[in-house]
Amino acid sequence: MTWGVEALGVSFGRSVALDGVTLEVPAGQVTAVVGGDGAGKTTLLRVLAGLVLPTRGSARVPERERMGYLPARAGGFRDLTVAENLEFVASVCRLANVGARAGGLLERTGLAPFRERLARDLSGGMRQKLGVIMALLPEPALLILDEPTTGIDPVSRADLWRLIALAAARGAGVVVSSAYLDEAERASWVLVLHEGRPLLAGPPARVVSSLLGSVVEVDAPTDRRRAWRRGPRWREWRPGGDPDGIAPALEDVVIVAALAAAERGTP
Amino acid sequence: MSAVEVRAATRRFGSFVAVDAVDLTVEAGEVVGVLGANGAGKTTLMRLILGLLPVSAGTVRLFGSPPSRETRRRIGYVPQGLGLYRDLTAEENLAFAAAAFGVVAQAPPPGVGEATVGHLPLGLQRQVAFAAALQHSPELLVLDEPTSGVAPLTRARLWDRIREQAAAGTAVLVTTHYMDEARQADRLVLMSRGRVVARGSEAEVVGAARAVVVRGGDWAQAFSALEAAGLAASLVGRDVRVPGAGLDAVRRALAAAGVAAAVETAPATLEEAMLLAARGEGP
Repeated sequence: MTWGVEALGVSFGRSVALDGVTLEVPAGQVTAVVGGDGAGKTTLLRVLAGLVLPTRGSARVPERERMGYLPARAGGFRDLTVAENLEFVASVCRLANVGARAGGLLERTGLAPFRERLARDLSGGMRQKLGVIMALLPEPALLILDEPTTGIDPVSRADLWRLIALAAARGAGVVVSSAYLDEAERASWVLVLHEGRPLLAGPPARVVSSLLGSVVEVDAPTDRRRAWRRGPRWREWRPGGDPDGIAPALEDVVIVAALAAAERGTP
Repeated sequence: MSAVEVRAATRRFGSFVAVDAVDLTVEAGEVVGVLGANGAGKTTLMRLILGLLPVSAGTVRLFGSPPSRETRRRIGYVPQGLGLYRDLTAEENLAFAAAAFGVVAQAPPPGVGEATVGHLPLGLQRQVAFAAALQHSPELLVLDEPTSGVAPLTRARLWDRIREQAAAGTAVLVTTHYMDEARQADRLVLMSRGRVVARGSEAEVVGAARAVVVRGGDWAQAFSALEAAGLAASLVGRDVRVPGAGLDAVRRALAAAGVAAAVETAPATLEEAMLLAARGEGP
């Protein structure tokens, strides 16, 4: 089963939040939605979660009981303990015999010693892990996670990505948003949003190979508008290609696509 | 004379050693990145350098002197929360910061208008925070995750700005736990449990750390088999990686679950090296 949106447009009054966005979220795979602040990631995820209706186009999602959605900066009810939060999910979703599974997930992610701690007293990373565990406990067909790793330290981030992979391995379609491209490379498909429109899409390796022209590494760029820093040196986009072109990173390819869009005068 | 010279600095809180005999120098014109997980000691080290906390042992010298109000005037600091007044405009924020340092306020970056800072997009907020930190021409810039949460092109433009400062002779100290950002530094320092465990280029920090890569076959089966065997696996596209694991342990776990896949080792990524360091198995 594949979930997703097709030719999606969302407007809030006169403001266009999303325009012409198509995304497939296949079962058993991790799909990443990447973009900066204001790119439209949250709106797209809220459409998938059924919380925002498409202005144009369509969304194909499972019924609400089979969806898990974790908004940005959520992570359990603050005044309940870790254990109470999980019991709450089990009771609301009428899950029987999830104790062992929940315990296993807490063990794997280092939360087991904190069962009796209030969610409000957990670190940011621990709260985020609790939130993801709550969202995946009912084994949703579609798991929607809005920036689960933003501001989270690398150890918790690795635990979160293990939970994400685990959900996909058990058959869920998982869609994760992030501002970071090193995270997108973990997904099997990445959609890069820029000012509400799709900038690039595909498996990360294919997106990298879709670069128009070449990226060179130089000490002094010939055109500053087409250059950006990588450590002490510069990288520069040569749209016509260059025999000295380097193997670009996903981040370089996204920067080039944003530069190209700006040069065309369309976001 | 180094902009920052930390020698055998230790900071204890009761019996807890947050920073343990750390050496660190930052020279003029250099960008040094400090990496580490939560609890590695990055934040305490920054506070020692900014003069917000005294050392329990060792020394911290800024421009050759101990941290003081006088050295603070020579530092530009952008905290992770940006340190701006969200209910003031960009212009008012810049005027406030300029007054505190006794300098003339600079013009705000283009595009900020009359909106209060809290209503600006994050990329612009970060530009305003940079402008506020740079007005008094600091000789040392201390940045805590300076480009978190912004689009790649915006991040690239912020780094242009940081690099301009370095080229003009400013020493730059950046703490981050994002690899996209770490790669912008000239030199990296990896901390774990209060200590510096590796330093140098990205390749030097990764050192001999390796990961086992499981490729081909059904990633979901491979991932589940490894997790069942208690190996902390990570999914990268359709490959499954197990940093720091032994080839044999991975092969056994896959065989036990009847999963057929190619198994090989590869150099660890910078992020994996950081994870291994946090687990105490790293460089």
